[in-house]
Amino acid sequence: MSRGTIVDKIWDAHHVVRGDGGLDLIYIDLHLVHEVTSPQAFEGLRLAGRRVRRPDRTMATIDHNVPTDDPFVIDDPIAKKQIDVLRENCRDFGVPLFDLDSDRRGIVHIIGPELGLTQPGMTIVCGDSHTSTHGAFGALAFGIGTSEVEHVLATQTLWQAPPKTMKVNIVGTRHPAVTAKDIILGLIARFGVSFGRGYIFEYAGNVVREMTMEERMTVCNMSIEAGARAGLIAPDETTFRYLEARPFAPKGAAWEAAKARWAALTSDPDATYDAEVTFDVSDLKPVVTWGTHPGMAATVDGVVPHPDDYVDATERESVRRALEYMALAPGTKISAIEVDYVFIGSCTNGRLEDLRAAARVVERIGGHVHPRVKRALVVPGSKTVKRQAEAEGLDRIFKNAGFEWREPGCSMCLGMNPDIAPPGARVASTSNRNFEGRQGPRARTHLVSPAMAAFAALTGRFADFEESRAVLAAAGGGRGAAV
Amino acid sequence: MQPFDVHTGLVVPLDRANVDTDQIIPKQFLKRVERTGFGQFLFYDWRYLPDGTPNPDFILNQAAYRGATILLTRENFGSGSSREHAPWALADYGFRAVLAPSFADIFYNNAVKNGLLPVVLPKSAIEALFDRAAEGPFEATIDLAAQTVALSDGTTYAFDIHPEHQRRLLRGEDDIAVTERYLASIEAYEAAHPLPPLVK
Repeated sequence: MSRGTIVDKIWDAHHVVRGDGGLDLIYIDLHLVHEVTSPQAFEGLRLAGRRVRRPDRTMATIDHNVPTDDPFVIDDPIAKKQIDVLRENCRDFGVPLFDLDSDRRGIVHIIGPELGLTQPGMTIVCGDSHTSTHGAFGALAFGIGTSEVEHVLATQTLWQAPPKTMKVNIVGTRHPAVTAKDIILGLIARFGVSFGRGYIFEYAGNVVREMTMEERMTVCNMSIEAGARAGLIAPDETTFRYLEARPFAPKGAAWEAAKARWAALTSDPDATYDAEVTFDVSDLKPVVTWGTHPGMAATVDGVVPHPDDYVDATERESVRRALEYMALAPGTKISAIEVDYVFIGSCTNGRLEDLRAAARVVERIGGHVHPRVKRALVVPGSKTVKRQAEAEGLDRIFKNAGFEWREPGCSMCLGMNPDIAPPGARVASTSNRNFEGRQGPRARTHLVSPAMAAFAALTGRFADFEESRAVLAAAGGGRGAAV
Repeated sequence: MQPFDVHTGLVVPLDRANVDTDQIIPKQFLKRVERTGFGQFLFYDWRYLPDGTPNPDFILNQAAYRGATILLTRENFGSGSSREHAPWALADYGFRAVLAPSFADIFYNNAVKNGLLPVVLPKSAIEALFDRAAEGPFEATIDLAAQTVALSDGTTYAFDIHPEHQRRLLRGEDDIAVTERYLASIEAYEAAHPLPPLVK
């Protein structure tokens, strides 16, 4: 039984009703809304004559369906209708909306943190499984379905079973070429895509403490890919430095008070967890997925496995199907896999440090996108990221090398907008899911870091570790100082 | 929400692990603004060939399984995206229950809220049911109050479910209506924990 952890502390501070029939009613501090998972929830409110209880604690934006060439030209009438319906719902129910013409709009999990809406100790929900991203700030943040979206809109609360907690220690000495993306992919490859089911992760350990906020967001973002609805990191000076002076962060005396409160948000030294795992990254190298879920991954010096390597019959069959879908032969060297599409962006890796790391690799290798690569997209996660990147000249580095420099949105992470990989395309992607058809029907996705994606764009394949370690290390492990 | 008490129906085996919600309902079908009509898109990329004709190899397309209402599958069903369109599609297609050794957390909650019963059975029971399916189509009776899955030959498997989920499914209760009975508690919480407007 979990006790004294940061999760327990946040949970206890948000009880409205404790343990009615074994479920707790908890209060939600921040509700993020987007166009895809909210229309039926607002419709439910309308039919029942209910209002939004805390529009001042609700924020909506448009990200999934947005075209990234010209966001204002939406050819797909159904996508456009969904966006129009969100506008109408926000207007009718008084919910603040960062619309397409807002200079603060972007992917919901990018703009929450960068605007300072995401704060330590909060409970945060969104009808989107990558809500776990916000856990990087020591918030309890998780994805919900549309019925729960409607419930939160109406009551600002949710019925939840008290969480089980798992401490995830990430320790060791990180190779300079290893990014936060490699670490989270490595963790999932090591422990599996469902080891977090039923748990909330608390990431701890020296490697986590040394991470920047943007790296922490990449790690927490993919908690759901390990089956955990939420993953969080206790706030520290790194967190406070990031948040200070953000548009919606507290100011003046309120800032000092908030910081003092947040500094107490740590797990007690004698806290007990329901489970604990430790992942030593000392021997980790950059990671590339070869299959159809994020746990099917290998380091760049590795090879595609053989189904017969697996003892469990169901797993053997999954691997066989995955290799068939991915058109990969067992034993193929990861560094010999040739790609023809590259996507840099998403709520996992669409932040400024990600773009810096990719740009640095592009500069270091020099030249142009490889002739084999038909399209290489760079999609900033928000208008703010785009402005900052352009101020640093990153857009010119990408454009000069033949990349497309796009407008913010979810883009090719899930292809609900025109950015879709065609059937059979092999994509080096900085997104979070390599499921069948995720980036387009029959498209083949390899999940990688921004540095590796940039390498693949310029060389047409993944990096051999020996030849590329200096280049990847120069990208700062994605640690993102300006180029 | 449609209540769930006792249901007897044809069991269709989907012998795959980690079936993610992108497979249950691909993203191109998430743009509708209604809750209904998603059944036609269920398992779309598996159910249909690239030319749009039914894939004869996919189990749901086999005549013997027409009208199936109980889905038998492997671990971690419903992983990935939080889209409630997944249980909407399963329920709209006609499914009333899914039998699996484990479910992804968000999918589980979404299913319960839509009267689609997620039944967690031990791995050995799931294995036995797949063995039974290999012999040919069969029916099962799920009794939510008794927490059992029974076959016509008398074989019975017991399952666990959170008592609160069980109660709400049995009554087909609307969660929001339940919560509105606690309005005084919500107001008391808000008075004790004043939260200034955040999004100005």
